Amino acid sequence: MAEYNWPAMAERSWIGKRISRLDGPQKSGGRAKYGSDMNPAELLHGAILVSPYAHAKINSIDTSAAKASPGVTAVITIEGAGKEIQWEGTIIAAVAAETEVQARDAVRKIKVDWQVLPHLVQDDDLSKAGSRAKPAGEKIQGDPDAAKAAAAFRVSGEYGIPVLTHCCLEPHGQVIQWKGDEIVSWCSTQSVSNYAGDLGGQIEVPATAIKVHQDHIGGGFGSKFQSDQWGAFCAQLSKQSGGRPVKFFLDRNVELMIAGNRPSHYAKITLGADKEGKITLWESDSWSTGGFTGGNIPPIPYVFTKIANQRLSHNAVSTNNGPQRAWRAPNHPQASYLTCAAIDDLAAKMGKDPMEVFLANFDLTARGDAYTRQLKKAAKLIDWEANWKGRGKNRQGHIAHGLGIGVATWGGAGHDSRATARIHPDGTVELECGTQDLGTGTRTIMVQVAADTLGLPMDAIRLKIGQNAYPPSGASGGSTTAGGVSSSTRIATTDALNLLFEQLSSSLDNTPAANLEAKNGRIQVKGNPSKGMTWREACRKLASPIEALGHNNPRNPRGLNTGGAAGVQVAKVSVDTETGVVTLDKIVAVQDCGLILNPKTAESQVYGAMIMSVCGALYEERIVDELSGRMLNADMEFYKLAGAPDIGEMVVEMEIDPENDARGVIGLGEPPVISGIAAIGNAVANAIGVRVPMVPLTPRRVLDAMNGNGRIS
Amino acid sequence: MEAFAYANPASLKEAIASLGTNWEDAAILAGGTDLITLMKQYVYSPKKVVNIKGVKELKGIERTGDGGFRIGAAVTIDELLKNRILGEEFPALQMAAKGITSPQMRHMGTVGGDLCQRPRCWYFRNGFGLLALKDGKSLVAEGENQYHAILGHNGKAYFVSASSFGPALVACGAKVKISSASGVREVNAEDFFRVPTSDAEREVDLKPNEILTEIVLPVSRGTKSSTYEVRQREVFDWPLATASVMLRMSGGKVSEARIALGHVAPKPWRATAAEQAIKGQTINEETAGKAGEAAVAGAQPLSQNGYKVQLAKTAVKRALLAAKG
Repeated sequence: MAEYNWPAMAERSWIGKRISRLDGPQKSGGRAKYGSDMNPAELLHGAILVSPYAHAKINSIDTSAAKASPGVTAVITIEGAGKEIQWEGTIIAAVAAETEVQARDAVRKIKVDWQVLPHLVQDDDLSKAGSRAKPAGEKIQGDPDAAKAAAAFRVSGEYGIPVLTHCCLEPHGQVIQWKGDEIVSWCSTQSVSNYAGDLGGQIEVPATAIKVHQDHIGGGFGSKFQSDQWGAFCAQLSKQSGGRPVKFFLDRNVELMIAGNRPSHYAKITLGADKEGKITLWESDSWSTGGFTGGNIPPIPYVFTKIANQRLSHNAVSTNNGPQRAWRAPNHPQASYLTCAAIDDLAAKMGKDPMEVFLANFDLTARGDAYTRQLKKAAKLIDWEANWKGRGKNRQGHIAHGLGIGVATWGGAGHDSRATARIHPDGTVELECGTQDLGTGTRTIMVQVAADTLGLPMDAIRLKIGQNAYPPSGASGGSTTAGGVSSSTRIATTDALNLLFEQLSSSLDNTPAANLEAKNGRIQVKGNPSKGMTWREACRKLASPIEALGHNNPRNPRGLNTGGAAGVQVAKVSVDTETGVVTLDKIVAVQDCGLILNPKTAESQVYGAMIMSVCGALYEERIVDELSGRMLNADMEFYKLAGAPDIGEMVVEMEIDPENDARGVIGLGEPPVISGIAAIGNAVANAIGVRVPMVPLTPRRVLDAMNGNGRIS
Repeated sequence: MEAFAYANPASLKEAIASLGTNWEDAAILAGGTDLITLMKQYVYSPKKVVNIKGVKELKGIERTGDGGFRIGAAVTIDELLKNRILGEEFPALQMAAKGITSPQMRHMGTVGGDLCQRPRCWYFRNGFGLLALKDGKSLVAEGENQYHAILGHNGKAYFVSASSFGPALVACGAKVKISSASGVREVNAEDFFRVPTSDAEREVDLKPNEILTEIVLPVSRGTKSSTYEVRQREVFDWPLATASVMLRMSGGKVSEARIALGHVAPKPWRATAAEQAIKGQTINEETAGKAGEAAVAGAQPLSQNGYKVQLAKTAVKRALLAAKG
């Protein structure tokens, strides 16, 4: 059986190198084509009618005027008379027309008679949820009552982290053509290989009839695993329009309402510790919502799972808002914020440096050594010792400075992935895989692995991804892609190379394949480089192309990939105490991630994640109005995100060392987005001297907290 | 958006002739940064759009005969920012322009458009009307009002004026010129803004058949001015509160002060109490702070925007300290 181990660190030609993204020039030059850039001949445009009410019943719907509207080719009613709608933005009907304007005009002619029903759209006040709050039971471990009585220090606090909505740069949607027995979808998906089956299931068409194309995607973050109802009605619109292609993407406002959100988490937490500062007690009453179906139980206490005595209770609140979806590291940023804020408050209560308290309690985590090492590194990188002062004690004029800590954990083992490597007699190499590049550098690492394995320059590899015609590869979610595709690529290229070796053996004095190597564009005998030939000469000896299918089986990753990432982030902020405006000065991430295939794209992942953390900590939240039931900031104006000048200095320290390297490849999508909000929140508490219970830390919340009115709101 | 007729006049006369007698008849398009959005969201659907970008009378920044300035209404924010002399004489105006941190807005947006833009109130933008009434009750008063008015909302209007230049022009004692078929009228910038009492009214003293043509700035000699904006983000963001001040000093003391607040009331809010408080004083942290206190003495915050009182106070203090130099 072939050996697929990663080459030793010193022997890598491409793996582990700082390679720029292969599609970077295409993207920055505007040449990369996304689904929404596709304009096949005879293209029609879709538009939708959505519910303006958070909770209402459709008494009747009349689409006749829309059907008769100029340019309209098809109208589909999605939610008919009698249907009860549970959130604003629910899609009621869809129209296809010759132009986008005609489609929108037609939508406005659809008449719906509504019966408006009572709603609940806000989630921050559990007492207002009434019967919409469903207790998820109590969980007890150890003896929390005794621990509470015995604790030398006790601290209680309230913490809240709101619903965020997905807002990918490219909204959800597709261009789709259903002509005869064949459907082609130019889509925006995190799952190229599974899209056809999912869409086919919705519209009762075999997966084999559906072709999927996606060269590029403008962000997914967990919100684009399915073909979705817009995939289904867009296909139906195409079919009903005589097989002409239809383009439909959600408008930004509807995107923010219904394309998925990150659930909220709120908690009242009590921590207890002994004289030495060892945490002995965790008590929490939490609640959350992800929409009508309620909310998940957050994984708290987060990371510090071995706290001996725990009592947890949770309420899932059903609200009349659009549904939750996976959101980069589902539930982890919330849990990290709740847990790390409580520990930071405990340190303040004890009058201790939180650095000391975190370090003293890392034995309550699954990877204490890693966190200890990482936090010490991070402290150095932010010069904690020189910069840290007690809460509210680092002021220069009206500017208060502060430092804070957050911690993270994630699994992230490689997913099921297949890739085919094909070597042609002319020396060219193709690598095919039904995966997708979410913009993270998937293409780049696959080519690095293939080129490294075959001893070739990177431009010798022709990579083909983004179509379901290629070997199936898993959805990109949960930090599983890098491990999956790098392993399938390594296996495929190793096997293809061995086939080539076998065919060359006779030309090289019957040297066994196992004694041959591919290096620097040559096939040669190990230990005797002069005995060999160029890659091209070698391939010329092939009568026909050879190929091998590589499979990463998650149950047997052969040491190529694994899971289990640990990370810490520390933040340094300045707060204008007269305005409550928070400025992030610096944020440091120390992250392990097994074998790092490409430090540059890995760091890039962390940068992007830290920017999302800045958004979540300072700006981003869904604002819904209880009176009207409407989302008021379903736009990019008041749904605020950080701009370049708001981000501050970012420092990334990837832990690249033999010990981590030996673990194999671990995914990095999730880990770095978890702890930044906690770190920034704690830094602000350190700066202003009090906890701002709820993020994002807007001037309103910061000033309210400084005035003694801090609360979840 | 709804279909509309399009006029592309080359002269002011032609532009005026293209307007109608109701707001629904025609809308003036300058940079389009606000109008297009209003139309796309069906908040406003005029039958005709009159593009004034080709009207030469509306362009240019020039010195007037008396030593002041004339700024054409269609001058872009970027053009205003690049005018060095204007910046030296009216720092308050240029500081307000610098607060518009979006390059796109700076290049497309115009000075006249800034003054005439509609409020950003999210109830208004979501189709609840200018006063955001539902069953006769204000959605703002009982709803999500963190960005709304703390001053001047005694009537029904809780939105805040979104204008960046309004407070600076009020502080600087500017006037605006308005043209219609019946001639030209001149209005103090302070009087140009007003508080509507019904959904049908506008926030400025313009009739549907009139065009704002230019801003007239007085002689600046002997004045100091500045603007301070409290914004949450450095990237383009609507200010939470701003203050513009213009001062005349005599022997190190303030002999005359004009102070106007932005984003805290349905119109740029002249803070006469603050002017009185600083008059006769040397400017320092304490006196400027007291002027800030005076500026918000009459504030009536809503359920979620008490923090804006503090912001307005701070903006006045910092604008005064900055103007002093």
